[in-house]
Formats: sequence, C-alpha cells, structure tokens
Amino acid sequence: MTDVDTTARITDPEFASVLMADLLFTRRASERFWNLQRQGRLTTVAPLTGQEAAVVGAVRALDLETDWLVPYYRDVTGFGALGDEFMEQLVVYWRGHPDGGRIPEGVRCLPVQISLGTQLPHAAGLAWGLALRDDPGVVCTFLGDGATSEGDFYEAINLAGVQRAPLIVVCINNGWAISTPTTRQTAAETFAAKAVAAGIPGVRVDGNDVLAVLDATRTARLRAAAGDGPTLIEAVTYRMGAHTNSDDPTRYVPDDELQDWRRRDPIERFRTELQRAGLWDDERHAATAATVEARLEGIIDRALAREVVPAAALDHVTAAGDARTAAQRAEIVARSAPDDAPDDASGAHDAPDEDTGVVSWRA
Amino acid sequence: MTMLAAIRETIVDEMARDDRVVLLGEDVGVNGGVFRATDGVLERFGPRRVFDTPLAEAVIVGASVGLSAAGLVPLAEIQFAGFSLQAYHQVVGQLARMRYRSRGRFHCPVTVRAPYGGGVRTPELHPDSVEGPYAHAPGLTVVVPSNASDARGLLTSAIRSEDPVLFFEPIPCYRTTGEVPDGEHVVPLGRAEVVREGDDAVVIAWGAMVDVARAASDAARDARGASVGVVDLRTLRPFDTETIVRAAERAGRVVVVHEAPLTAGFGAEVVATLQEEAFYSLEAPIKRVAGYDVGSPPPLVEDWCRPDVTRVVAALDATLDA
Repeated sequence: MTDVDTTARITDPEFASVLMADLLFTRRASERFWNLQRQGRLTTVAPLTGQEAAVVGAVRALDLETDWLVPYYRDVTGFGALGDEFMEQLVVYWRGHPDGGRIPEGVRCLPVQISLGTQLPHAAGLAWGLALRDDPGVVCTFLGDGATSEGDFYEAINLAGVQRAPLIVVCINNGWAISTPTTRQTAAETFAAKAVAAGIPGVRVDGNDVLAVLDATRTARLRAAAGDGPTLIEAVTYRMGAHTNSDDPTRYVPDDELQDWRRRDPIERFRTELQRAGLWDDERHAATAATVEARLEGIIDRALAREVVPAAALDHVTAAGDARTAAQRAEIVARSAPDDAPDDASGAHDAPDEDTGVVSWRA
Repeated sequence: MTMLAAIRETIVDEMARDDRVVLLGEDVGVNGGVFRATDGVLERFGPRRVFDTPLAEAVIVGASVGLSAAGLVPLAEIQFAGFSLQAYHQVVGQLARMRYRSRGRFHCPVTVRAPYGGGVRTPELHPDSVEGPYAHAPGLTVVVPSNASDARGLLTSAIRSEDPVLFFEPIPCYRTTGEVPDGEHVVPLGRAEVVREGDDAVVIAWGAMVDVARAASDAARDARGASVGVVDLRTLRPFDTETIVRAAERAGRVVVVHEAPLTAGFGAEVVATLQEEAFYSLEAPIKRVAGYDVGSPPPLVEDWCRPDVTRVVAALDATLDA
C-alpha cells in the first residue's frame, strides 16, 4: 500500500474548467437519464450521482488519443470526455436500442459491461496485447466494490501482474452493492489491500476529491506506461442515489449516513476549492452549467430520435451469419414490414458471404 | 500422422503464416502441453508469442477477448474441456457476444482448443463432453474433429475464422493415425462429411463416436447385409442441415450417437431438425445412443455408460426392424 500525495492542487484555469464541466455534465446526465427512465423513454439507468469525481478524475488523467477505457455500467455516465457521439450512443444503449452497443470508430472504449467483474479479464488482455504490439496505450478499467468479490477480478489482476500489463484498475468503492454494504462484501481492511495478493501496488484515494483521483491515476499511468505493470486504485466515495431505477435505497441506506455524505458532495467541494483559489466564480459556474445543459439536451434529442429497425436484432451475431439466423431475421422482416414494403431478408453482416450456411473463414 | 501431430503442425504453420497469432494456456509453453500438442512451439516462436498462463481458465478466455481488441489472434488452450466450466461465463457470456454487443466494432477471432472424451480412464471432469451447452450459444462456432486430416483442416479454418471457435479434440483419437494432405489443407467450418453412403440407415455422429459408428456400420453389414451410412457432423454450430437431411432422406432410418449425456444433448437438436425437415422420408422413429445421464462416470464403470459398437448396432437393429 502506498500513500497518495493529495496536496498537489490545481493552478491551470482552463483545466479546472474542463474538470468542472465534466463533473456537472455527469451529475446532470444522471439526473436527466433518471427522469427519462421515469417517462418511459429509457429502459434502465444506473445513476452516478455522488461518485462523479472518482470517474472524471481517472478519465482526465489518461491520454484519450492512446489509452483505452473498459467500463461497466455505472461509470460510463462519467465518460463525457469521450465525446458527444459516445454519449449519444450511451443514451441509445439505455433506450434498449440494438445499435447502442456500438462504440464510435476511433473511441478507445469497450462496450458497456453488465455482468459484474467480467470486464476485468478483457481489460487485462487488452493491456497485455497493447504491450505485445508495442502500442503506447494503457488501459483503465472500473469496477465497483462488490465486483471485487468476483473471481474474474482476482484472476485478471493476477495475470496482469505476472505480465506487467499496462493496466489501471479503479475500484469505485461507493459503500453499497445494491443493498449489501462493504462490511458484508469483504473482511479485508480495504479494497486496495486486495492488490497485495496479486503482487501489485494498491492505492486508496479520496474518491470525492477529483484532484486526488487525477493524481493517483496519473501516477498509475506513468507506472503502466513505463512497463512497471498494473495498479489497483480504490476510490472511496458514496452512492448518493439508487443502484438503478428498479432499486429503492430507502429500504436499506441509513439516512444519517446519506446526509453525512451529501455534505461531502464532490462537486460542491471542488467548486469551493476553485473559488478559494480564485479560479472560479458564480458567473463561470452558471455559464458552464448552461453549456453542459445544452450539450446534454442535444445528445438526448439525437439519441431519442434514432429509429428502431426490428430485424437489426438478428444482425452481427457472427461475421457471415448462418442459415438459421438469416431465416429468423427474414421472419422479423416479414412480421415488421408494412404490407406493401419489399422484404429485405439479406441481413447486414460484417463480411457478407454468398454461402449463408457457413460461418466465414479466410482462406 | 497422428491427430496430435496434425494439430501441432497446424499450430506451427498458422503461427508462421500470421504473426498476430499468440498461443496461451496452462503448460503450453515449456512443457509443450500435457498431451504435447504444442511441443516445440515456444522454442520456435519465442516468449512474445507463446504464454504459460496462471492456472485460471476464466482469464485465459477473458484475456483472449481483450487480446482480440488489441488486434491479436489468440489461440487458447483449456487443458481439459471439463475445466472450461470454470470459464463458461467468459465463453458464453463474453467471448461469444462481443461482436453482437458492439454491433461489429469489436470481434474475437479466438480459437479455444480443449481435449475431451472418455475411455482413457481419466479422473472426473477430464472426460466430459461439454459441446452441447456451447452449441447453444449464439456467436460461437463449435467444432469436433474425428480424424487427423480433419483436425488439420478444421483447426486451420478455426484459427483463420473472424469469430470465436471452440475446438474440442477427442482424446481417444489423439494417437490414431490417418493420412493428412501435404501443404495447406483447409476444411470449411459448418460442413458435415459423409463418411460412407447408406441406403438402409444412417448414423450421425461426431468426435470419437465416428469410429464407433463406422464399426457399427460394418457390423450391421456383416450381420444382416444392411447398407448403413455414416455422417460425421464435424461442426455442431452452425451445423450442416443440408447434408444430414439428404442422408436421412436417402436412408429413411437414422441413429444419432454422442458421448455426452442423453438429456438435452446436441442429438436432440439433430433429431428435432430431421423431424422438421425430413419427416416424410422417415420410415421409423429416430434413435439416439448417448452417454447415460450422469456426470463423469468413474473410470471403472465409464465403458458401461459410453456408447459403444454393441449399443449402436442394437439401435440400428431396432430401427431396421421397426
């Protein structure tokens, strides 16, 4: 375990503004997505409210031209730095639209992962592969405190340690795995301590301090890029909202605990710090909030306008498709087409093959 | 050439042909694999292409997903197919779905090789035939060769495939020899092989059961002059409906043989398909000869549970007399 220097503070007003915009964007995105779900326009949402600094600080420590992100489902709301098209796809995804899983070309991010901890082996393999290809990128993956109980977490950090893969694992310890508190998740003193078993550094950082997370991730990134291997960062924060739209945290979260964490709101805290440093004022804050709002509305409008093509449910199963999926697709086309529309049973495959009875292979 | 030698040659040739191919698994490097299927591969290609991994099946498969995203072509080995159950969630929930989940932005040109099969007196979970549950997973290709030549041709196609392939190698066939064509030999995935034509009945099988089917066909010919065909399915997903329907139409009587337990085994899929597509050509109910419904039967009783020539001949007699 390594102590993190949390005294490194910000002086660059432009970068301060970038961080604040990301934090506000993330907060508003969680709120807007929640409302859209309540209106029936999104199917599922997993709010990031209260944990924005832990994600934004890590993402902004990366070089997004070379580095990769491997998300689960809650952290992605804080990935506004990946661009409007990425966020639009995320909204399309939470609509339940089949196209939502497609990460825009050039954006170095794997699709949203639903099954807890399963993204860790992917992240380890990707990091290992980048190193094997002499690619300068590093990989940053996120998981919750609960997901550290999964075998995949341990298998992945263990392999990454052996291969000295350029990997940063950010464990967002938000106190709760749906209704299970961290004390029921592990007898380990901290989640960072789990790094010891894999022989890699484990760092515990205040996840509500965006600059501390930024600093810890930068350190881990330098280490990874230098070929010194992975780091596990535990960002201690709090889930101020529900697990998802189908969860009622008032059944199990003690109200005094929630109120205590509300007083440590990561956005208010950063705002206060910037104002004290003379880098921020109410006028800037209002202007940034307005810009964020406009950006978010544009993203949401475009995402909600995306048409659903029912037969797309059968696309991209394999490169060439096969006879059965082609027939099943044709069935959806026939069932979903207006009576006068011509049937399109050909499908949209990644590498069309005239022989639809076989999976493609390259000679 | 033995099937093992054919597999080893294919791995070497494909790694020489495409420098994106990396080999990973437990004991595949220095030790050359517990069956020596990768013997000499580390010496030939070095430690940046060949990796002895930690003992962790899920991360062997899961890391292969990530290695794919980095632009590599992983060739993974699971030491025994029964141990792939410890990677089941990564195979079925992750590897098989990355293309679909990402709408084609990412895909996994991964081959997972795994030996399986009874009759060689191994402990529990070594002999298990687990092809059935994997054949149920959209996005996967599931291959089971029955001889050295097909092992070479199918493994070549598997490694070159843009999509994940599970390649189950029947241990009882590892050391049986067969002719293997010189030079490049490619057998397309998704195509069955008509081992012999038959006019009175046809046995559909895969893996080590193809030899059993052939012997049963011989026995039925000798005992009653029956013309019994044999079809080697070779690829279970996607499977060659056309060839089995044609064989069923020609013979009118069908026996499906597999080593995996009967209930919900892949034979049920074959039978259901023939029922849908060849019903009016059938002259008798389709018979299944499969492993009995137990986990790995212990070595001293496993031969009572696996399909053998006697049981297949009995099924042939029953269908021919029906």
